[in-house]
Amino acid sequence: MAEPILEVRDLVKHYPLTQGVLFKKQVGAVKAVDGVSFTLAKGETLGIVGESGCGKSTLAKVLMNLERATAGQVLYKGEDISRLSGAALKAVRRNIQMVFQDPYTSLNPRMTVGDIIGEPFEIHPEVAPKGDRRKAVQDLLDVVGLNPEYINRYPHQFSGGQRQRIGIARGLALKPEIIICDEPVSALDVSVQAQVINLLEQLQGEFELSYMFIAHDLSIVRHISDRVGVMYLGRMVEIGTDAEIYEHATHPYTQALLSAVPVPDPTGREGRERIILSGDIPSPANPPSGCRFRTRCWKAEERCATEVPLLAAPTLLTGDARHDSACHFAAEREVAAA
Amino acid sequence: MPDRNESIPDDHDPLRNIAPTDSDHLDYVGQQGLAVEQETLIEPDPGKREQARSLWGDAWRDLRRRPIFIISAVLIVLLILIAIFPSLFTSTDPRASDLTNNYLRRPDWSDFFGAGWFGYDGQGRSIYARVIYGARASITVGICVTLAVTLLGGLAGMSAGYFGGWMDAVISRITDIFFGIPLLLGALVLLNAFATRNVWSVVIALAFLGWTQLARVMRGSVITVKQSDYVVAGRALGAGTGRLMFRHILPNAIAPVIVVATIALGGYITAEATLSFLGIGLQDPTISWGVDISSAQKVIRQAPFVLFFPAAALSITVLAFIMMGDAVRDALDPKLR
Repeated sequence: MAEPILEVRDLVKHYPLTQGVLFKKQVGAVKAVDGVSFTLAKGETLGIVGESGCGKSTLAKVLMNLERATAGQVLYKGEDISRLSGAALKAVRRNIQMVFQDPYTSLNPRMTVGDIIGEPFEIHPEVAPKGDRRKAVQDLLDVVGLNPEYINRYPHQFSGGQRQRIGIARGLALKPEIIICDEPVSALDVSVQAQVINLLEQLQGEFELSYMFIAHDLSIVRHISDRVGVMYLGRMVEIGTDAEIYEHATHPYTQALLSAVPVPDPTGREGRERIILSGDIPSPANPPSGCRFRTRCWKAEERCATEVPLLAAPTLLTGDARHDSACHFAAEREVAAA
Repeated sequence: MPDRNESIPDDHDPLRNIAPTDSDHLDYVGQQGLAVEQETLIEPDPGKREQARSLWGDAWRDLRRRPIFIISAVLIVLLILIAIFPSLFTSTDPRASDLTNNYLRRPDWSDFFGAGWFGYDGQGRSIYARVIYGARASITVGICVTLAVTLLGGLAGMSAGYFGGWMDAVISRITDIFFGIPLLLGALVLLNAFATRNVWSVVIALAFLGWTQLARVMRGSVITVKQSDYVVAGRALGAGTGRLMFRHILPNAIAPVIVVATIALGGYITAEATLSFLGIGLQDPTISWGVDISSAQKVIRQAPFVLFFPAAALSITVLAFIMMGDAVRDALDPKLR
């Protein structure tokens, strides 16, 4: 594996819960992201999956410095960027960009496409000289498969897929090395999803991009990712290559998640076993002690309530099953793969 | 789903096959052979194709084609002309009174644009001339108070909404305090403090008390817009406070402010009239619609036309500004073009 371009160490984001009107008193915290570590290599795609409310989007926001991390480090080429501000932060933003989930709300309805894609150049004038900007915007439109003639149109004149292409063009404008995609296709039609995914893959080859791809659609994540991380309640529970996660999952939560993936073939559907988890996801303001998944886990024992399982490769397992998994009883199980 | 390593030859890539010569109908075929996106787009005017366009430029282009805008603009220009050069529209002295001949004389429609056109008031003065000369005070009060209130309230609401936290707490509490002062009562007290009372003292008093409404509307609007994804996207690009405020938030938050401000404009003209009626606003040698409306109330039963003409002038002015505000608001929203 190539050298890591982005390294995240024990990243924590807590949102304080306060009480009182005049004198606010902190009574607790929503632990949206609670100690997440991973690395992202150059040119690699890391998929992050997990159910709603597990902290995926918060993780993206903290990495983008849109929210300040409570603790932990985000190292971009060895430099901690999570504490930067002002000009230093602005400089780093050139290298890390984001594609947003909802193409209908992420484009300013009162700006033309040319203004939206050209705005990065106005903010970072050193990227493109003033005279070349219009040309640069038209080139970007061409790169993402839109007619460069559409430069004077407004976002509402485009369909969802076309809008997401505009969002991608905006993300590409500064020639970043890392693009964080926060559920970039979940708001789109299935047929349009494939186009946008293919576009992202094509751009990755062209511009040597590293992607962090957040989604809850397991098959899309498998398709695009080199490695996959599974999150549950603010923690990374399992991380490995796509084969390791999809074929040899060892964490019970991942196994349950994979068993929920719809199988298109009706005959295969008969024989497979679904793991139905009991209960709801616990409140991130008051997570269970020890292993966070233990309240819904069929393997839970007393040890799980007292001892926090570390994200490490279980020594007992061999082959592809031996990858980082945060479970005391990590073991493979026969699951129908996506 | 296609294989990940599938290579995409450039000239066969359907994503790139949108020729610039395509007709109005953009219809291209996805990789799975499905017609996936169909969009009717209006081709830009070929002559203007290479010209960069902006929101305000587009709004102006659009405004010029709206009949409502044209009607209101003509009316407003006419009113402003009357306000600046009243002598162009009447040669009668609005203060000349002839009680013996003209006391409450009825309108004489044959006296077209003449002194007796709209009749005479209780002091034998030409109502037509007074309507013409009254425009200056009323329109000055209306426009100046609205401008001052929009600037002051807009700035306060924008700061409160954008920065939030203690800034919001302080500004909102000050707004609440001012909101608690009744406009007329407050203006009465304030105007009493002025040594001389003219149009400008009325403007200052009304602006000082009236900005809270705009501040509240602006604050609410900014808070809604501030949370939208495109503002977050701007921050992710490294946009500064000024750019976020004036390029992203303001154009999207201004619509309700324009509507409230243009409606309030009529309210300020009537507030000036009320203050004049109470004897604390403009005083009789000054001619304004408000002064005339209030003095007409004494003779309303014998001669309703004395009230009708200045009141109609006031209504037409307010209507013109409201229509203008409506048209501008619509033109600033690309979706309504």
